[in-house]
Formats: sequence, structure tokens, C-alpha cells
Amino acid sequence: MDFAIQSSRPIWQQLTEQLRRRIVTGVYPAGSRFPTVRELAAEAGVNPNTMQRAMGQLESDGLVITNRTLGRTVTDREDVLEEMRRRLATERTEEYFKDMETLGYDRAAAAELARSEGGRTDE
Amino acid sequence: MTAPRRRSWPGAREEERMSELVKCTALRRDFGPVKALDGVDLTLDAGRIVGLLGPNGSGKTTLIKILNGLLQPSSGEALVNGCRPGPATKSLISYLPDRGYFPDWMRVSDMIDMFADFYIDFDRRKAEDMCRSLELEPGQRIKSLSKGTKEKMQLMLVMSRQARLYLLDEPIAGVDPAARDFILHTILTNYNEDGTVLISTHLISDVEQVLDEAVFLQKGRVVLHESVDSIRERTGESVDALFREMFRAQAWKEGENHAW
Repeated sequence: MDFAIQSSRPIWQQLTEQLRRRIVTGVYPAGSRFPTVRELAAEAGVNPNTMQRAMGQLESDGLVITNRTLGRTVTDREDVLEEMRRRLATERTEEYFKDMETLGYDRAAAAELARSEGGRTDE
Repeated sequence: MTAPRRRSWPGAREEERMSELVKCTALRRDFGPVKALDGVDLTLDAGRIVGLLGPNGSGKTTLIKILNGLLQPSSGEALVNGCRPGPATKSLISYLPDRGYFPDWMRVSDMIDMFADFYIDFDRRKAEDMCRSLELEPGQRIKSLSKGTKEKMQLMLVMSRQARLYLLDEPIAGVDPAARDFILHTILTNYNEDGTVLISTHLISDVEQVLDEAVFLQKGRVVLHESVDSIRERTGESVDALFREMFRAQAWKEGENHAW
């Protein structure tokens, strides 16, 4: 999964979002060593100062823990991970409702549509 | 004009973080009737990657040449690490000119030897590593290199130094888009973390991801100096889009006065 950077929003915010997603989906497993700022900056092709800012956000989220001897690791607290997973899911759901509103579905209608479409198993 | 937010490298010493590595005050340079630099005030901190962005003829190369002592200002002052450009600052600055200056008969390995003789901060191992990743053959004569490969070689030499200030004049202009990414990657992974990199270019969309700050130069003046993230936050646009907007508007205004 590569970093995808769009033109119009601050780069560090986009990096933060994509790293959060990587953490909650287990790309970097709970409790494992987290890559260094320089490694991540090189991978994304961005300035290390920008990546540092994203890293600072992950630390204040509690997703990444800085340990004096071990360096940075992904948190092993399942509650912290679950909270972030929930937050990302809620954001996506809100985007769905907003998108449906532009198509003329109010929240109840959009929720009903999701329920009926979600129950379908055939394509 | 918003002052760029100071961010610092973990591990950089405090006094280095806050130091003004480059300071230009009311800097002017005339070439006959042409005002190449028309009162530049610019301060750059250590540990940053800065884009020097402007259309052709806006003064980018003149500014870079003054900073490394190849040109003298007509008036005003340029300081690098508190000193006027001269013998004392040469050892701090690694300069990539906008054109090649190497004799054709030399080999890549001759250039590495020459740089190692000239510069105490030249890291031969880094040079050899970079040759491998840029696919430069040390035994090759410069004559036999393509334009893009020559540029890669020059960049390899310049980035192998542990300099305080890297002045890169159009480092990606002559190479294809894939090689551009490679060159930017080389810059990102090889610059000295306490050093500042000043990259002049008009290919903004290619470099904006690697920049901390953007300096817009127009007709010899600094018209914008802001952090890239702050530009995106403030305008909701990429640096490239903002640049096109600002300089297109200028072209139109000029168009009203000249009939064309």
C-alpha cells in the first residue's frame, strides 16, 4: 500500500490519516517496532520534517509509543486501537451520508439503503 | 507573508535549530539596466529544504551565485552562517550549477578523486553507494554520458558532501520524470540533516512534496515565503496551483499594457 498524496490538503494530515489506517489494519502489528521518520519519509518521498509532524500526531493519538531504549513501537493497547478504528469508521460513515445527501437521500433513507444493500449477498 | 513555523530535527542541537544560516538584506544586483535582484530580504534557518521558485528570469540563479560567492551584490548584503560569501563559506556550501563544467575526457572516478581532494567533508563511501543506486559506472568517461546521466553524476558529487548549505540550481530540469523521482529521493536520503537545501526550479509539482518552505521570486523580489503546509492550509491549493495563479495573473496584467 503506497502513500497517496493529493495536491490540495496539507501533506502531514494526509500522511497521518494513512498511517492511522495502516496501524489499525495491522500493517504495523500491535506492539511491533514502528519505522523511523527517515524510513517513512523516504518511502513516501516527502520531507522528513513533514513526516515528523505526522509522527507527532500519531504519538498524541497514543497509537505510537516512544520508548527510550526500544525506539518507537505501535501501541499494544487494544482499547486505543479499537477507538481509532471506530473513529475512522465513523468518519467514513459521515462521508457516506454527506454523499447520499447530494443525491437526495436523507439520513434515514440512506441508512435504510445501506441496511438493505448490506444484507444482499449476490452481486 | 507568514513566517514559516519552526520545526526541528530530533537530535539537532538547540543552537543549530534556531540559527539563521542564510540572511539576505536589501540585496540588489544589476546587470546594466537589468535589475536581476531588486531588494531581496530573505532568512533561511538550518535544517530545512527550501524551494526557490520563480519563472524564467526571476533571479533564482543570480541569488544562488551571490550566496556561493560567484557574483558580488551591487548593494545590500548576503550572509551565510554570519559571514560574507568567500573562502570561509566555500567549505560550508555544496553547489550544483545549472550547467556542467567538467572536462569531457575525465572519468566518473576522476571526478570522485578530485572532489575528495578538494573537500574535506566529501564522503567517498557515500559517493560509491550513490553511483551504484544511480547506475553510474565509475570507469565511464564523461564524454560518453547522456545529458541526464551527467546531471545525475553532478548531483552524486554534490550530495556526497556533508555540507551545511546545499545550493541546487535546477537539479531536475534535464531529466525524465522517473529520473526526477530518483533524484529527489537521492536528495532526501543523502542531505546532511542539520544542513539546509535550497532547490531552485520551475518544476514545482515535482518538488513540492519534499519541501518545507517555498520562496516565490518574481522580477528580483521575494513575493512569498511560507511553509508548504501552511500554503496548502491557507489556500486549499497545492504550491504549484498557487504559483500558476499568481504568475498567470501577473502575465495578464502586463498584457493590458502591452498590445500582444
